[in-house]
Amino acid sequence: MAADAETLTLSSDEVLRRAASWRDAGKDVAIATVVNTWGSSPRPVGSQLAVSGAQEMIGSVSGGCIEGAVVAEAQDVIRSGAPRLLEFGVADEDAWAVGLACGGRVEVFVERLD
Amino acid sequence: MDRNLIDRLAAAKAGHRPVVVATDLASGEKTWIEGGTAAGPVRVDETLLAAANTAQRDDRSRTIETNDGRRLFLHVFNPPLRLLIVGAVHIAQSLAPIAALAGYAVTVIDPRGSFATADRFPSVVLTDDWPDEALAALKPDARTAIVTLTHDPKLDDPALHSALRSDCFYIGSLGSRRTHASRVQRLQQAGFGSDEIARIRGPIGLDIGATSPAEIALAIMGEITATLRRPQAKAA
Repeated sequence: MAADAETLTLSSDEVLRRAASWRDAGKDVAIATVVNTWGSSPRPVGSQLAVSGAQEMIGSVSGGCIEGAVVAEAQDVIRSGAPRLLEFGVADEDAWAVGLACGGRVEVFVERLD
Repeated sequence: MDRNLIDRLAAAKAGHRPVVVATDLASGEKTWIEGGTAAGPVRVDETLLAAANTAQRDDRSRTIETNDGRRLFLHVFNPPLRLLIVGAVHIAQSLAPIAALAGYAVTVIDPRGSFATADRFPSVVLTDDWPDEALAALKPDARTAIVTLTHDPKLDDPALHSALRSDCFYIGSLGSRRTHASRVQRLQQAGFGSDEIARIRGPIGLDIGATSPAEIALAIMGEITATLRRPQAKAA
């Protein structure tokens, strides 16, 4: 899933503002946040991605390589309400089907916006 | 995450108040840390407060592990970077857009009405107050850089007095070595110590051989960036 230039450069508070407006419009929303990085990673710690129950997204947690997986996980988090801590790395064969082309590793925390 | 947290963060940003939100990565519980005190369900001790303080100062969010094995994400929400330019001069016309691209909210201060016009400075906040009054109203904080460009002691000096009494992270003043030397003398006569005066970068900007206004603006922006991102170099 490609993220366009605008969503890549949005500041964290702009992502949160849009997430809040989704919520106010009655949509289910999850917030994904980069909480840890190792090696080279496309987006710094603190970068955020908001995901709606309709799989819309705003912001970014990578250069576009793991957003698809995060959006899918976010749907589970929206359903259950239980937060999840996801880890993505390059050539990560066991847990995740996606990896980071840059060779880094990131941890992404996904929580529901209530 | 509580929907209200987003409104509280927006209010803190508007009020230029730095905040750290600590999230327990197991439970998702959050604690609001501001001004050295913590409020919320995540237990925060002195060590954690110190870590939050460091994260805020470095403007770097990070995950830490507590002594009792909890993993907490410290998310830094610092007020926006600001650049206050005294003197709506030619260099300011280049510096304002460069700073805006680098993420700074820019204000240009010049009481000489014909200088600070919307024509010359599109999409920049302009004020024609005297620099000391303007700076008193803008309340420079540790995320603020102040640059004086007028060459005119009547305008630059009051601005420098206000800047030196503030927590701003960068002060730069345009002028040759000789201009700067007489500026330093005037500040000494006004009662400022040499440590305080040493905060002022003059001649202003990185030494990159800049000659045109745009190049000088780049040199200034480079120096502001270096001071922000490598504060330890300040002492050098």
